[in-house]
Amino acid sequence: MGLEIAFWILAVVGIAAALTVVLLRDIFRAALSLVLCFLMVAGIYVTLSADFLAAAQVLIYVGAISVLIILAIMLTREVQQGSPSNKLRIPAFIVAILFLGVVSFAMVKTPWQVSTALPVEPTTAALAAKLFGENGFILPVEIAAVLLLAAILGAITLVREK
Amino acid sequence: MSVGLEHYLILSAILFSIGLYGALVKRSAIVILMSIEIMLAAVSIAMVAFSRYIVPSLLTGQVFVIFIMVAAAAEVAVGLAIIIAIYRSRETIDSTDVNLMKW
Repeated sequence: MGLEIAFWILAVVGIAAALTVVLLRDIFRAALSLVLCFLMVAGIYVTLSADFLAAAQVLIYVGAISVLIILAIMLTREVQQGSPSNKLRIPAFIVAILFLGVVSFAMVKTPWQVSTALPVEPTTAALAAKLFGENGFILPVEIAAVLLLAAILGAITLVREK
Repeated sequence: MSVGLEHYLILSAILFSIGLYGALVKRSAIVILMSIEIMLAAVSIAMVAFSRYIVPSLLTGQVFVIFIMVAAAAEVAVGLAIIIAIYRSRETIDSTDVNLMKW
């Protein structure tokens, strides 16, 4: 029962925070409500018994990515100008509503084969075995390291003074 | 009414639609990046929900979410670097004004 109440609170606050990001004119406040939305997503991970992912979400998104976004807002002096919309507001709204309708219909109508087995808890050791163990995801882990190195080098090259 | 797989999937669809609307409508490049982050978070929720309810003992969906986090971190770093580079040369990050490569 507690899980249901937690899910509904997290879902409603998360959707409200996401709407605030899109609708608010003040970019700085939009960034702060994006942080709230990330926190609610971490809570959703907890209700899905994904404890390691919830911790990683708080560390990476709430800790690092939001700081990076706020830093970029400060560097570009966009706070005064606000975040106006372009001319496509009504077509984009129709596209988003149509997408939501089609995807919701498909998700509700599909007969998912829900398993009744209990989830693995805690997940950290199981995830490590999955990532680094036999028949695991060791090659994608190595490629992710190369991707991050390339992204760091690209970011440094792009923002360096001539 | 107990919370099941469908609830998480609908939540993920709603968040994705909000992010889609923001990415299509907003003029500030930073807000577009923020909307893309919302869309990635929505997809991650769907992945973890499938992992929890369809194959609870395999955790494959959670592994995918770890890689989504890596890709999102790289994307934000490079995207914000591009935005700052554009701001330095053109004094604006309005996506409708940056039309150098438009035909």
